Amino acid sequence: MTKLKTQSLKKKGSDLAQSNRQLEILSNGIFQNGELPTFKDKISETSQFPLKAKKLEILQINVGYMCNQVCEHCHVDAGPDRKEIMTRETMQQCLNVIKNSGAHTLDLTGGAPEMNPDFRWFVEEAAKVGIKDFIVRSNLTIIRANKKYYDLPDFFKKHNVHVVSSMPHWTRGKTDKQRGDGVFDKSIKALQELNAVGYGMPDSDLRLDLVYNPSGAFLPGDQMAMEKDFKKALMEDFGIQFHNLFAITNLPISRFLDYLIASENYEDYMYQLVDAYNPSAVANVMCTNTLSVSWDGYLYDCDFNQMLELPVNSKAKHISEFNEELLEGRNIVISQHCYGCTAGAGSSCQGVVA
Amino acid sequence: MSKTYYDPADLRKFGKITEWSEELGNKFFEYYGKVFEEGALSAREKSLIALAVAHTEQCPYCIDAYTKDGLQRGVTKEEMMEAIHVGAAIKSGATLVHGVQMMNKVNKLDG
Repeated sequence: MTKLKTQSLKKKGSDLAQSNRQLEILSNGIFQNGELPTFKDKISETSQFPLKAKKLEILQINVGYMCNQVCEHCHVDAGPDRKEIMTRETMQQCLNVIKNSGAHTLDLTGGAPEMNPDFRWFVEEAAKVGIKDFIVRSNLTIIRANKKYYDLPDFFKKHNVHVVSSMPHWTRGKTDKQRGDGVFDKSIKALQELNAVGYGMPDSDLRLDLVYNPSGAFLPGDQMAMEKDFKKALMEDFGIQFHNLFAITNLPISRFLDYLIASENYEDYMYQLVDAYNPSAVANVMCTNTLSVSWDGYLYDCDFNQMLELPVNSKAKHISEFNEELLEGRNIVISQHCYGCTAGAGSSCQGVVA
Repeated sequence: MSKTYYDPADLRKFGKITEWSEELGNKFFEYYGKVFEEGALSAREKSLIALAVAHTEQCPYCIDAYTKDGLQRGVTKEEMMEAIHVGAAIKSGATLVHGVQMMNKVNKLDG
């Protein structure tokens, strides 16, 4: 029987629910005593400091931290007990930006974004703008969590939403270990339902991609090899098809940081990240073309900085103050967690970058 | 000096062997890297072979390294354990097949 998390770090009153505590850990110890170089020092070696934002391409909106799952490694510390939810007013401000910005991709995330009471309204309104790639990051189990969500595959199809879903492994044991008992079976059922309406079929425009992130204190393997293994296993065992697999590195923040420390893997993991540092991944890290919007409308360089409460280094700090010119060329705010996006082939919400 | 023969942190320093014999060290690591590339065998298959051999060689560094490597490649714990049994079977088979030599000798001397 897998031991499950049932509460967020915040609900438990954990020290690590505090972003300043996380940042302290990431700045002290092996990064203070000179054992390992800081991320700033590392990117300075190749004259890539300060890291600068390029033209905005992806607007990633976190519509709330509430989730039906309490995953072992969630960087959002999401769960049923999180009450931070984006209001329709903030969504309207986001829509104004979507209409006027040059971003070609809209990426909705959470929590489980579908749990926001205004989620469907927001999707309908955003779909009208005609953005090129409209992503919803769905945890899959939400589709089977309650009758009111059963029609989500049809709803996604109607609005031509690009579904990106988490799937830690093609086996039940490894998936449930990370995401909770029963998650694998529900995810399989949800994937079959998405396939049934046309998602993930080889020639279908209805995009269905999976996100793989490791179930423990190790880095993801080669994205293409993993994709091949996932496709083979899911097809053979369940007749499931999908388009691409994004291999994403777990960043050492929030619940994953808590896990690393509790399992005495923190230092080894940071060594792995630093050893796997790839300078050519730096140029394409997602913070350089993405803007992350929090549930309350504040702007961040990425979802991870959002969780660490490191706001953008710009006069425009809120979606209501959005100004593409002010934000372009801003210095990206960095800390040691950034090593997670530059290890190996690099890592972003769209998978490898190098 | 360390009080134990093996220190897990030494694995990270493996590359340093090159410092005292640069040419040979570099040649070894170049060969090592090449061996584990995709070839007629997949990198995943090679990783499992390495894990089995790591056990028969009883090298703690290699066991750590190829357990982690397997996890990174999505190898399951069942696959890892089966690979180790392959190594164990060859080890025990290699012992037992010498039993024929013993039998031959007995038959010659006392048959």
